Formats: sequence, C-alpha cells, structure tokens
Amino acid sequence: MSEQSLLQVRDLSVSIDNELPILNRINLDIKPGETHVLMGPNGAGKSTLGFTLMGNPHYVVTEGNIIFEGQDITDLSSDKRAKAGMFLSFQNPYEVPGISLSSFIRNAYHAQTGAPVKLLAFQKSLKAAMEILSMDESYADRDLNVGFSGGEKKKAEILQLLMLSPKFAILDETDSGLDVDAVRTVSKGVEEYQKKKDGALLIITHSTKILESLHVDYTHVLVKGNIVHTGDGSLVDEINEHGFERFI
Amino acid sequence: MADNKQVVADIDRSLYDFKDIENEKDFYRMEEGLTKETVLKVSEEKNDPEWMRDFRLQCLEHYENIKMPNWGPSIEGLDMARISSYVRHKSDMKGKWEDVPEEIKNTFEKLGIPQAERESLAGVGAQYDSELVYHNVKDEVAAQGVIYTDLESALHGEYADMIKEHFMKLVPPTDHKFAALHGAVWSGGSFVYVPKGVKVDIPLQSYFRLNAAGAGQFEHTLIIVDEGADLHFIEGCSAPKYNVANLHAGCVELYVGKNARLRYSTIENWSKNMYNLNTKRAVVEEGGIMEWVSGSFGSHTSYLYPMTILKGDGSKMEFTGITFAGKGQNLDTGAKVVHIGERTSSVISTKSISKDGGIGTYRSSVTIQKTAKKAKASVSCDSLMLDSISRADTIPAMDIRTNDADVGHEAKIGRISDEAVFYLMSRGITEEDAKAMIVSGFANPVSKELPLEYAVEMNNLIKLEMSGH
Repeated sequence: MSEQSLLQVRDLSVSIDNELPILNRINLDIKPGETHVLMGPNGAGKSTLGFTLMGNPHYVVTEGNIIFEGQDITDLSSDKRAKAGMFLSFQNPYEVPGISLSSFIRNAYHAQTGAPVKLLAFQKSLKAAMEILSMDESYADRDLNVGFSGGEKKKAEILQLLMLSPKFAILDETDSGLDVDAVRTVSKGVEEYQKKKDGALLIITHSTKILESLHVDYTHVLVKGNIVHTGDGSLVDEINEHGFERFI
Repeated sequence: MADNKQVVADIDRSLYDFKDIENEKDFYRMEEGLTKETVLKVSEEKNDPEWMRDFRLQCLEHYENIKMPNWGPSIEGLDMARISSYVRHKSDMKGKWEDVPEEIKNTFEKLGIPQAERESLAGVGAQYDSELVYHNVKDEVAAQGVIYTDLESALHGEYADMIKEHFMKLVPPTDHKFAALHGAVWSGGSFVYVPKGVKVDIPLQSYFRLNAAGAGQFEHTLIIVDEGADLHFIEGCSAPKYNVANLHAGCVELYVGKNARLRYSTIENWSKNMYNLNTKRAVVEEGGIMEWVSGSFGSHTSYLYPMTILKGDGSKMEFTGITFAGKGQNLDTGAKVVHIGERTSSVISTKSISKDGGIGTYRSSVTIQKTAKKAKASVSCDSLMLDSISRADTIPAMDIRTNDADVGHEAKIGRISDEAVFYLMSRGITEEDAKAMIVSGFANPVSKELPLEYAVEMNNLIKLEMSGH
C-alpha cells in the first residue's frame, strides 16, 4: 500500500453563521483503500465533518486545511471535489422531482468524466449495480428519491457510489433507519465498491452491522467537536459494548 | 431521432435575437399610430370583403371607447402612436419554400422551421411581420379534406361563409381593448378546418416571427374541428430584441365539435421588449376535448389566459402551462374555464418560475354555471422563485353556482433549496447546471406534454434563462 495520503485534514475548525465552532482542530489521515470509522454521540459534529469535507457552503472553515491527493481543496466548490474523486452518501438524500435516478447518475457521470456516456453500456452497468443492491429496476426511471422509502433512498446513494466509483467516499449514517436485511444489502454494495476500486472510506455510524463485512483500519471517536480518541477496528466493538462513557 | 435533436440542441439566444438585415425598400411599412385612415389602409392592403372592412371600423370605435386594463401589469410603456400596425414584405405568400425571399427564408432556416416541417409536421404556416410568407400542407393531409390556409385567401374562397360565421364571435371585439384593436388591424394568421371524423395524425404548425422594430403583430388563428375529428396544432412565436416596444395582440378562436379533440400547443419566446396581449378562446361541444399546452418564456409584459367554454355535456378541458419570468419581465398568465354543460370537467395545472427580479403571476378563473350539474374542476399551481428579489403571486378565482360540483385547488410557492443544489453539486454537477436541472425537473410535467423537439427546445430555453444571458 502506498504511504502517500489520499486525504489529509489539518487542524480543521468549522462553524456556522459565526457561532462557536462545531469542529475543533480536527486531524485525519486517510490512505488509499483504508476504512476509517467515525463514531460519537448525537450532536458531536459527525455529519458536519462529512458536509465540510464535501464542501457544503453552509459550513465555514475557520482554520485549517483539507488536502486531497496533495492538493489543497479547502476552498474548492463541491462539484470540483466530486470531480477530484470525493463522494458523500447523504444521511437524508434530497428529493428532486422531474429527474429520473438513472438520468441523474448519467448526468453526474458525464459531469465528472467529461466523456460522452455510452447509453447501452451505462444501462448495463446500472442494471448490474442495482442487482447487487436488490433494487427493483423500476427505480431507475423514478424521480430522484421522490417517494422512495428510507431504505430505497440509502440504496440509491450506494448505487451512485458504485456507478461513480470515487477514490474516497464518506458514508453518513448510511445504515441508520434500515432493517437488518437492508443493512446487509447496503454493506454488500459498499464491499463491492471497495473491492472494485480499492476505495477509501470514512464511515459515520452508530451501529456495527454495516461494518461486519469490512475490515476497519481505524476508529475515531468524536465528542463535542473534538476527536478524543483514535484506535483500531476493535474499538468499534468496545464502544458497541460500553458506549461512549469513557470518552466523555 | 438524433438528427431531430440536432435542430434544437444548437439553440442559443442568438437564434432568437439575431436581427435580420432588412432591406427597407423590400418592405411596405404603415406609418405609426392608429386612425381611421390606417385601418382603411390595412383593409385595402388586404383586399377585405365589405363586411370585414365595416367590421374593422366598428372595432376601431370600440377600441377608442374601451379603457386600458388597470388590473394587471403596467402597460404604460406601450404607446400606440409609436407602433406600426402593418409591415409586410413586398412579395406574395409562397407555397414553395424555394420561392420565399432569401432573407426571410434565412430567418426561418435559423429557427429550424422548414426542417421541422420535413420531419414531423403535417403542414406549416410561417408569418413574418404582418403577413404569411409561406404556407404548405402535406398532400395526404389535404387529401383528407383538411383545410389549412391563410385567413385572407379563405375569406374569398369556398369557406368564406364559415369564416364570417365564426370570426370574432368567440372573442368579440367588445371583450377588451386589445381584442378591439385586434379586430381593427388584424392581419395574417391561419384558418384550419378539419372535417367530420378526420383524424390528423401529425401536428400542423404556425410560426410567427415579428421582425420589424416598433411594430405590432395581430395575427388571427381560427380553427374549426368538426364532429369526431382530431387535431394537434402547434404555435411558435419569436422576435429579435429592439429597444423600442413591440406589440403582439393576436387572437385565437377554437371551435371543438361534438366528440372532437383539439390539442393546442404553444412555445412563446418573444423578445424582452414585447408586450404580449394575446387572447385565446375555445368552445367545446358535447363530449369534445380541448387540451392546451402553453409555454411562456419571452416578452416584457404578458397578459395571457387561454379560456375554454365547456358548452356541451360531458366536454373536457385540460390546461398545462409554464411561465418563466426573468429579469425585467412581468408575466401575468393563467387560464379560464366556464362550465356550462353537465358532467363537464376541467384540469388546470401550471408551473411558474421567477428569477433575477422577474414577476410571475398566476391568475385563473373557474366558473361553474347552474346548468353544469356534476361538474369537476381541479386547479393546481406551483411557483418556484430562484432568488429573493423575484416574485411569484397566485390569484385563483372560483365561482361555483351548483351544489354538486367536485372542485379541487392546490397552490404551492417555494424557493430553490440550497441543500438540493449542494446535493447535486456533490455529484460533480456545476452550480449552474444543478439549478438548471432542478428547474427543468420542476418544468418536466409540462415538457413531457410537448412533442420531443419542442420539449428539447423548452429545456434549452430554461438552460438559457438559467445562465442569465
């Protein structure tokens, strides 16, 4: 494995509307193919970190840097970060009426690669990816997330992950609100992504189910905007058993 | 199909805004202003039958007596003393594309009209300023007995009586000031007659181009779809931009016979110096169906409320409309319906988008008369504002005189959400494209009602408006 970092977060502090910082001097170092897990109690700032890494303009970086493949992307717009190879699976994906799921993915693919999309090949790989996620084919033609159940929305996010195959993906509570079978299906998709792409992952989660089939390299514990502890994969099980008490 | 798309995929603003270099000596242009003399001159130019000449003069009287509308957007910038009501090229209307004067042909070539005719239309009429310059109908459609011609020659032909019987009977000149104006100086437009039981499989199209600066266009469209017949008629409008006011006060009268169906689609992209004060009305007999698809993109100021009179029992109407008001535009649009027959039904669904300070007003009126037992009416209007300086208003009126009507109304006004834009951008789509996608998606229920080429054109217009040119 290359020693070169894929994503470096250096002393990153973030706030909204000039309020007190939500994140305090966060540091992360993620190498290609690694799986990092970010855990923490509600309101710790986990989703904020995901949004900030992806460039949501609502979250303002007050200090520090985000470096992706050696390039400082702290000030880059979200679309440019996606083009560089970053991806965020949303906790609450937006409903966009009038655009079908498949044409949205096609548009995104085209925007990222700049190359014309070969329709037949695209449809074939979309169908294959939907099969992995046990998604009914009819979802491809439905309006993006409109009227999707919570589970289908999350599957649609992982479908985009598989189709766009970024170098680095943040999964923001992709497993929350899903039943056991759906979590298994979604994690199968994530596993497939990692296998295919040797992609790096930052998984924000409360539970361990989504992690069962993945090898976790690092676990970070985020409390009140600070990373208070970093350990290996076994930390996940420990937290699962004892909660966050010892970190608070 | 790929070729088809190519026609409209190339669209950019220059396609509509280009100004053709008009060689003045090739054009006859009436002096500005409106007097008895100018009206008589138009009448003479058009070789009117006597009744039409008298009708024009009556209309002028009405025009002088009726007040300017004071309930809608301001039309103060419109000064009739500065509008020439009649401009025509000195050559006659042609039935062959090759014979159309070169500069006019170039204009329509750029707009893709002849190509569209070859590919997907049953017939085409092209009006340039005040007169039709080209009219043609496919042989197989003519063989079905379908009449599609300019109104002037129809006034002297086999259908003269039919025209006299219907002309401005649905929209009387006393209706409002600009209907009276239209009656006085109307010129050009189309006459369509579809005989009993004839179903025209592919659409007919009229394209109106107002090219002269400071001019008015007053075309009249009269369509009669006889019992059991079926027609789709498409109307396209555009004009280059000048810094003086232009006026469009057309009139569309549609007669839908028993169990007949008429679909009337419009994509209007007038330039942003245009006052679009257009009147459209349909009357539907027993079991007949009237369908409107209406896209309003251009103009400085619009007053446009296509009206349907559901006269016969069981008659139906469906109106699908979209309005996009950008910088400097005040577009007051909507629909009207009057239920007279029993078990009549109407569905009005509109989308309005406003941006860069544009004002979009949805105005509708639904009337259910006492005779209209068991009528059904549903109105839904969605407005999307793209920034905080734009405006969207909704003024729906309902007048229900029965106690067994089934009436529904739904209005939504919203803003484009930053989160949705971020969501699309996080997938690599630029901010501009993300907003255009959201707006196109919002407009999708309308574009899917349009024939493919027009749907593509509409999406291109949205993209164009979104990029702020």
